[in-house]
Amino acid sequence: MKRSRTHVTCTVNGDEVDFLASDDTSLLDALRDELGLTGAKEGCGTGDCGACSILVDGRVNCSCLMFAPEAEGSDIVTVEGIAQGDQLHPLQQTFLEGAALQCGICTPGFLVSAKALLDENPDPTETEIRYALAGNLCRCTGYDKIVRSVQEAAVQLRGASR
Amino acid sequence: MTVTEDRPAYKWVGTRPIRHDGYDKVVGKARFAADLNLPGQLHGVFLRSPHGHARIVSIDTSTAEAMPGVKAVVTGDDFPALAAGHPERDTAINLMARGVVLYVGHALAAVAASTRAEAAAAAAAIEVEYDLLPVILSLDESMADGSPLVNEDNRTAFSGSDEPSNLASVTPLERGDVDAAFEAADLVIEREFETSWVHQGYIEPHACVVDVGADGKADIWASSQGHFRVRSQTAAVLDWDTARIKVTPAEIGGGFGGKTTIYLEPVAARLSEKSGRPVKIVMTREEVLRATGPAPGSKARIRIGATSDGELTAIEGWIGYIVGCVNNMAGFIGAMSLASYKFPNLKLEAVGVLTNTPATAAYRAPSAPQAAFAVESVIDEIAQTLGLDPIDLRLKNAVVEGDPTAMGMPHPRIGFVECLEAIRDSDHYGSPVPDGAARGIGTGFWFNIGEQSSATVNLNEDGTATVITGSPDIGGSRASMALMAAEELGIDVHRITPVVADTESVGFTDVTEGSRATFATGMAVVNACRELVDELKARAATIMGVDSEAVDWIDGAAVAEEHDPLPLDAITAKAKGTGGPLTVTASLNAGGAGPSFAVHCCDVAVDEETGQVTVLRYTTAQDAGTAIHPSYVEGQMQGGTAQGIGWALNEEYVYSEDGTMLNASFLDYRVPVASDLPMIETIIVEVPNPAHPYGVRGVGETGIVPPLATIANAVNRATGLRISALPMSPPAILAALNER
Repeated sequence: MKRSRTHVTCTVNGDEVDFLASDDTSLLDALRDELGLTGAKEGCGTGDCGACSILVDGRVNCSCLMFAPEAEGSDIVTVEGIAQGDQLHPLQQTFLEGAALQCGICTPGFLVSAKALLDENPDPTETEIRYALAGNLCRCTGYDKIVRSVQEAAVQLRGASR
Repeated sequence: MTVTEDRPAYKWVGTRPIRHDGYDKVVGKARFAADLNLPGQLHGVFLRSPHGHARIVSIDTSTAEAMPGVKAVVTGDDFPALAAGHPERDTAINLMARGVVLYVGHALAAVAASTRAEAAAAAAAIEVEYDLLPVILSLDESMADGSPLVNEDNRTAFSGSDEPSNLASVTPLERGDVDAAFEAADLVIEREFETSWVHQGYIEPHACVVDVGADGKADIWASSQGHFRVRSQTAAVLDWDTARIKVTPAEIGGGFGGKTTIYLEPVAARLSEKSGRPVKIVMTREEVLRATGPAPGSKARIRIGATSDGELTAIEGWIGYIVGCVNNMAGFIGAMSLASYKFPNLKLEAVGVLTNTPATAAYRAPSAPQAAFAVESVIDEIAQTLGLDPIDLRLKNAVVEGDPTAMGMPHPRIGFVECLEAIRDSDHYGSPVPDGAARGIGTGFWFNIGEQSSATVNLNEDGTATVITGSPDIGGSRASMALMAAEELGIDVHRITPVVADTESVGFTDVTEGSRATFATGMAVVNACRELVDELKARAATIMGVDSEAVDWIDGAAVAEEHDPLPLDAITAKAKGTGGPLTVTASLNAGGAGPSFAVHCCDVAVDEETGQVTVLRYTTAQDAGTAIHPSYVEGQMQGGTAQGIGWALNEEYVYSEDGTMLNASFLDYRVPVASDLPMIETIIVEVPNPAHPYGVRGVGETGIVPPLATIANAVNRATGLRISALPMSPPAILAALNER
């Protein structure tokens, strides 16, 4: 017996897309398996690690905690949609230059969460950065170089917007 | 900040280029094992034991096999029984129980179905009849006279006994006369310590995709620290020829020792063989916590004697590592890690003890953090009691080249004293302790290892190069390989592409563990490059029409008197006419791994109302030998420190009486998050390892060793409490404060 599937239409990284998903499919699985966007990762499946972070209508969400049909009509940004063509987002560039990744499994989630923070607050304190990223686990770096890279990207983004 | 001994000036080694694999990782293109899908792929799901110890009376898979989407079911009967004493017997039993389940979470069957949901439903429909056996969860229960056996299969290593036992190993160490030394000592302090199991906590759950063809050949894509070990272990567990198996390394999302063994691949292979389809298995986080290796918990008793002016004269003690349901060498390795001070008199025993809990696995500097927690806590108490500065006391007793390790062999050139001096002279240690805070000091080291590596370096026709190794890159090692090759060849580091190749495309290479990749695989890369440079000089001599002895290699070009320098790309362009492709393979079994020491300093505040310990400032000094890519050396130091802070303050396994882990999620097993930590200041100390061409020691392991005692010592100075059990979580601190 095949379960029925829902037709979902939404915008992902600027493109209008549609796909079929059963009602108990997570949005993360739909992005990865139906749309082939494997940048968001599943580290826990329970919303505790943040590796699956995406933006839904500008807000950070754990895509493992959303059902795929809930994405209907929404505007979704994943790590694959952060760069402008060949031009890396300043966060991506500062993460590279600041060695803010080691294994790289948590990096997509951190970039998405940090982008949401800087979109909202262009001049965060170190403490604000640490709390904004507290939902993203990294086991390799001790967070030092991640926080510094976000600080550096904030400086660059403020400079660019002047 | 870097403190460097005299050494040659390098052009590339010691610089901080963007890592070669970085772009893919910031745009979401990097392919980890769970990102791969094959046409026709099935999903595998395990059935795991709900019991901590039980005989399997029967397994009935008939209902499951008839369920929708199910294509194959396997149990222990689908795997060969490896003979007693076979080196992979425990691996085989741990990944699929045979007759007995040894812990809650032990796999005893697996299903492959079209979807994961179908596989999970079928696994749940497998009917198992169990005959329950006694569950042993603690070191004391396991070692008690007449204790039931944890695992009837276990024999005590090195004992020569064929009697089943709950002891994994017993390693006694002795030198001098401790009894006389304690008698003569001005001060003797003895304390007991206890630490919980802690998990490596890599963010990527174990995953693989396996495709076994009708010809019997297996293609495996897997996340591991060593794909050659995945191949050899899979071959052993299935009793297959190694040549049937090809393993392609996926990017690995953290390992820290926990991905040095296998849990999935032979099961996926058998399911694929039975179904004729590729099979993907991805663990859930709960499975990772219930069924993959944590580091051993421990109990220790340490007694140290000193003279009134702070000379440490004797150490006597015992440490037990709780290794889980099968034997491993944690106790033996712990014995090696026990004492990094001169101690003329020493009597120690390290043991491994079995319990009905998951088989423990390596975790960053395996066995050393537990030992250092005990020893460094007692040494701190001696410094306080004698009114000595904790760094001065350690400087007075620190081992230097030629001093014996706990096992007795002499230390090679090491940088322990230099690390102590670096912290003593640091801004952090020189600044006043903030109001309401207290400062702690701790140290640690790890031996590091060499082992086997291979590397192939290909020069391309345009003068670029490809450096091919078999060491999975878990923290920036590709960049290190490229930097050493750039230094040797004299070309830009970004004209070099470092590649981690599959088991059929590069020579055998041991696991990325023991901080060996940049050391040993790096040495293979250097050797290959040096042979290539000799060949380049010979080709240049042919082109210039001079004797090859007359050619030097300077800054990426062949140089001979009365000729214009001939750069590398001019030689590669003429490769065809001068002897063919320029390619060299080097392989070695590296000796001379250099121990890396670290000294940590931290300031903490303790909230006496909640028991919360806050780390306010943290500085680490570590001997890297030579930092090939300083950013990733700092990253290893910072990452190890953060894991050690988690071990000290929060991480633990909570078991119910029947052996069920009660906190098997990242919500309840709490690793440090960004808001828990301050910046982690780093001082790279460079005392080059004479056994490596660039002086590399390897830096991954040591960072996790000192934080346990460093924080406990700071908490002691903040509260007067000598905390003997980890973690120092808020409830534990609060309870201790209330008892004070």
